[in-house]
Amino acid sequence: MVNLTIDGKKVSVPEGTRILDAAREIGVNIPTLCYLKEINEISACRVCTVEVAGSEKLVPACSTPVQEGMDILTHSPRVMQARVTNVSLILSQHNASCTSCTRSGNCALQTLASDICYQPSYGNSPAKMDWNTKYPLIRDASRCIKCMRCVSVCDKIQTMHVWDVLGTGARTTVGVRDGMDLMDVNCTLCGQCITHCPVGALYSRDDAIKVVRSLGTKDKVYICQVAPAVRSAWGEDLGLGTDVATVGRMVSALRAIGFDYVFDTDFSADLTIMEEGSEFIERLTHRDQYPWPMFTSCCPGWLRFIKTEFPEYVPNLSTAKSPQGMFGAVAKSYFAEKLGRDPEDIVCVSFMPCTAKKWECSVEAINDAATRDVDTVLTTRELAKMLRNFRINVAALPEDDFDSPLGESTGAGVIFGTTGGVMEAALRSAYYLVTGENPDADAFHAVRGMEGVRAATFEIQGIKVRTAVANGLGNARKLLEAIKTGRAEYDFVEIMACPTGCAGGGGQPIRDGQELGEGRGGYLRKLDVAKPIRFSHENPSVQKLYAEYLEKPLSHRSHKLLHTDVSQWSLK
Amino acid sequence: MSRLQIQTPGKAERTVSELYKDLERRIAVAPSGNCPVELTGAFLRLCLAQSCGKCVPCRVGLNKMSELIDKILDGEASEDDLDTLEYSAKSIADTADCAIGHEAAQIISDGFAAFKDDYLSHIHNHRCISSFAAVPCASNCPAHVDIPGYIALVRAGRYADAVRLIREDNPFPSVCGLICEHPCEEHCRRNIVDNSVNIRGLKRAAIENAGTVPAPKCLPPTGKKVCVIGGGPTGLTAAYFLALMGHKVTVYERRKQFGGMLRYGIPRYRLPASYLDADIDAILSTGVEAHLNVDVGKDIKFEDILENYDGVYIAIGAHSYKMPGIPGEDSKGVLSAVELLRAMGDNEPMDLKGKRVCVIGGGNVAMDACRTALRLGASSVQCVYRRTVKDMTALPEEIAGAEAEGVEMVTLMAPVRVNADAEGNVTGLVVQPQMLGDYSRGRPAPRKADAPEVELKCEVVIAAIGQAIDFGNLREAGVPEKMGKLQTENTGEVAGKNGVYAGGDCASGPATVIKAIQAGKIAAANLDEYFGFHTDVSQDIEIPQAGYQFKNACGRSNMRERAPLERVKDFELIENEMPLEEAMQECSRCLRCDHFGYGGFRGGRQRW
Repeated sequence: MVNLTIDGKKVSVPEGTRILDAAREIGVNIPTLCYLKEINEISACRVCTVEVAGSEKLVPACSTPVQEGMDILTHSPRVMQARVTNVSLILSQHNASCTSCTRSGNCALQTLASDICYQPSYGNSPAKMDWNTKYPLIRDASRCIKCMRCVSVCDKIQTMHVWDVLGTGARTTVGVRDGMDLMDVNCTLCGQCITHCPVGALYSRDDAIKVVRSLGTKDKVYICQVAPAVRSAWGEDLGLGTDVATVGRMVSALRAIGFDYVFDTDFSADLTIMEEGSEFIERLTHRDQYPWPMFTSCCPGWLRFIKTEFPEYVPNLSTAKSPQGMFGAVAKSYFAEKLGRDPEDIVCVSFMPCTAKKWECSVEAINDAATRDVDTVLTTRELAKMLRNFRINVAALPEDDFDSPLGESTGAGVIFGTTGGVMEAALRSAYYLVTGENPDADAFHAVRGMEGVRAATFEIQGIKVRTAVANGLGNARKLLEAIKTGRAEYDFVEIMACPTGCAGGGGQPIRDGQELGEGRGGYLRKLDVAKPIRFSHENPSVQKLYAEYLEKPLSHRSHKLLHTDVSQWSLK
Repeated sequence: MSRLQIQTPGKAERTVSELYKDLERRIAVAPSGNCPVELTGAFLRLCLAQSCGKCVPCRVGLNKMSELIDKILDGEASEDDLDTLEYSAKSIADTADCAIGHEAAQIISDGFAAFKDDYLSHIHNHRCISSFAAVPCASNCPAHVDIPGYIALVRAGRYADAVRLIREDNPFPSVCGLICEHPCEEHCRRNIVDNSVNIRGLKRAAIENAGTVPAPKCLPPTGKKVCVIGGGPTGLTAAYFLALMGHKVTVYERRKQFGGMLRYGIPRYRLPASYLDADIDAILSTGVEAHLNVDVGKDIKFEDILENYDGVYIAIGAHSYKMPGIPGEDSKGVLSAVELLRAMGDNEPMDLKGKRVCVIGGGNVAMDACRTALRLGASSVQCVYRRTVKDMTALPEEIAGAEAEGVEMVTLMAPVRVNADAEGNVTGLVVQPQMLGDYSRGRPAPRKADAPEVELKCEVVIAAIGQAIDFGNLREAGVPEKMGKLQTENTGEVAGKNGVYAGGDCASGPATVIKAIQAGKIAAANLDEYFGFHTDVSQDIEIPQAGYQFKNACGRSNMRERAPLERVKDFELIENEMPLEEAMQECSRCLRCDHFGYGGFRGGRQRW
């Protein structure tokens, strides 16, 4: 242990602890901007500098390890002056038109600037924004503070190296690697750079206005679907915990802002399991006709990744569409028929924890029931923004149920939103499809957890099923390398591009410096346990859909509506 | 009334003069990878600040060029602006009244010739094509040794780990601890504060304190076989890394011992055999199959090697030599420095007792020849060079060492002929006085001065004017050559010969040991890729965390040497070890660019 003094208080911390963390131990909160623990420890912004008694220079608290006997001052006159200077310097190049910024009220720089008594004396000359704002992922150079977090996150967590530092000296900036266009560098659109940006320099395309200005008009039927992970986080940007921001109130809120039908992506997650599970059984029973292992196909970031990084494995993908895609196809065929409306009269809006879904819905090859099966994808952040826009008082709303028939779901559907959940849901039903009996709903708990790559082998009626689950694209890459070099062999592999899965998705609410995916995933697991039905194949609405319309999994109509050939998907 | 007064500089003048010195050091550090256009703009501003402002081209022209460069850097310029910049520079150089304006405009013109691509990239893509080198020492080391890493390990007293870390990139730590030319120190950021860190000295501290450090275990056999032709530094480096990767390596060396120029070119007083052998032993301990006295092309056919191995590395060095081509050079007593030093390598010294020796040349080999001749008992040694001492290519410390030991520098003299007696024995070297004139290739070119020839009386003339490559039978085997060197790609690959690589002196021309090591490392990595692997030989040695430290100016500890008149009597090592106390202070001077500055971002470590 190392003993030191911070602002006159004694503290004892393990060797190697940084001054920043030592200070937090005793409740001293030193501000940071560029720091992201273990990901971006580059001490670039210099707003965390503190004074070490006897030291010639101030030192950055984020990267300086403690030393025995250090006497640290976090708000000496030198420190205060330095912090004011550095924040002012950052602000001199920052486009501080906060009112129109997606991060207003949730911005590390805004908070820091408003917390200090600063005297701007450097003028304001931000860089110019130079970006195609039609892209799902947008970078506004005028807001960038060059903290390099996006570069580090994309390098270290996702291993995609989309972002890079460009130029040197005063003209150093961040941009797409080699000065290329975003759409030419195989960006997966996972959005992890967005959720790790301390300011509003990176954001997903804001599509909410498209919905806001037409919602409730009578010539169209407005329906929406809500992805599993959205329910674990939708209240965060409204300042509400899951105790108030319940699933029932989320349904009420969506109804309150004008959706004619509020449906659930959990329903189509159950449908996905029927198709993907049956496909897996088909492959398993005709082993030599298929390449191995089979990969899940619900995550669009992962699909972009495999198409560019491991294209030889595209034939291994399950042909099942994602739950979002299946929902759109069913809504604009089966449900349209039920309503007796032209599919083109239905406006289908998805609420997703994801930025890449904005691309997925626009892929030409995925639209099988109408011009666009899903018209607009909005993120969890956009959902909260809309509710504020409509001035919905969530706490005062009653609990409500999803509409029928595309609103009924099982516990297996809700865990789609967390790493391992798709695998577990699929195994629950695959077991039933093979044996004709339900397993214990928790029989496949070995695939749960938060480690980057997890493997587990199960036996279903004498058939060994070797499974692997990876979350985060760096981990996916490791797993794929292992498969490619023959170091590992699996039958069924689930990949989610974002760390912790969709719960930690690029469209989820942002809390600077906090990783909330694991907690949100835990909430989804609780919802699973609380559900009366925990097997996708027991979803009555899914059963009814097959009986009335699709006939059976992998039927001709299922193939037409619910399956896709990812090799035909354009990445642009 | 007094008319004149003694001028004393005022405070401002004194300070500016100091600032110039600080700036000189800063410029000398020259970090690699900065935007050359931006630097040009900055240099131009400095030149403008030095202008008296009398003449139009300088006062207005430099300023306009500076504005144009800013426009280019801001991404707002067109190719027309670039044209304007180019012809303005020419006109300003043509019409400036004095050197201040002329040389400033020349900076722009020279830049155009060197990095027009970068200018164009700023205009078309609004960005620079260079990228900043995070850790100057490691970037500038041809082998990219993790220098801040091993300095931190030495500081922590983990000497064996320091040696292990060095070996991840360079299997010759002992050799390099003594004789590396240390290009790493050239751009050391510490120069901005005071003076570069004594990096080579700290490498020597690591090896002196580490004891014997065994080589790491080889990875499982891959079944691939590689033949290395030549057991010098580059051949053995390749052999070492290939063996660690699990490939089966055979080395053929045509001389009696391994080491190449390290043994047959570098004198023992700079590199004792025990140090060289320590590195070679570690390399061979990886299971490299080593054969001495085998001359490929004579004892084994090159074709057979191509037939029997999956990969070949040609590393035959440059063991032939050039002679000046002057009348009388076939006299008895005329020899090349290569011959003199080669004989020393096998411990068969020539007898120069009581003889007067003239050495022709001004490079490191000339210094080695001079100092070896003194140790072999020469009564006098004169080093004859066409230019001045300042223009010699030998390291300044080598020149100073030679002078201290009693070598006489005879400069601005060009050899004309060798005089000999009736039996053909050398009696003297006739030289022609020279004067320096116009520059050619960055150095002042000597030309014949209007002064009579001089005869330097001597019995031995040693030529140290360059080495050449002895191709032996490779030429017939169809290995391509160009300008006296083996022709290779920058990957080391020999064009048109799959799996055949070449490197070191035979491909680059005579160069430093660390460049030979670099070539061996490149060949090993690329052969491994060629075999379809991507083997990582790093060992995950944990590097001590960079702590908070003072960066006050602090003197550099230089190496000390034995007294000149004592050391000149023997072939024992002349350089003393750095005392541990000094080594620790020297370690603390390291600015840890692997952690601070850009090194902290994306890590300062380079994987290969």
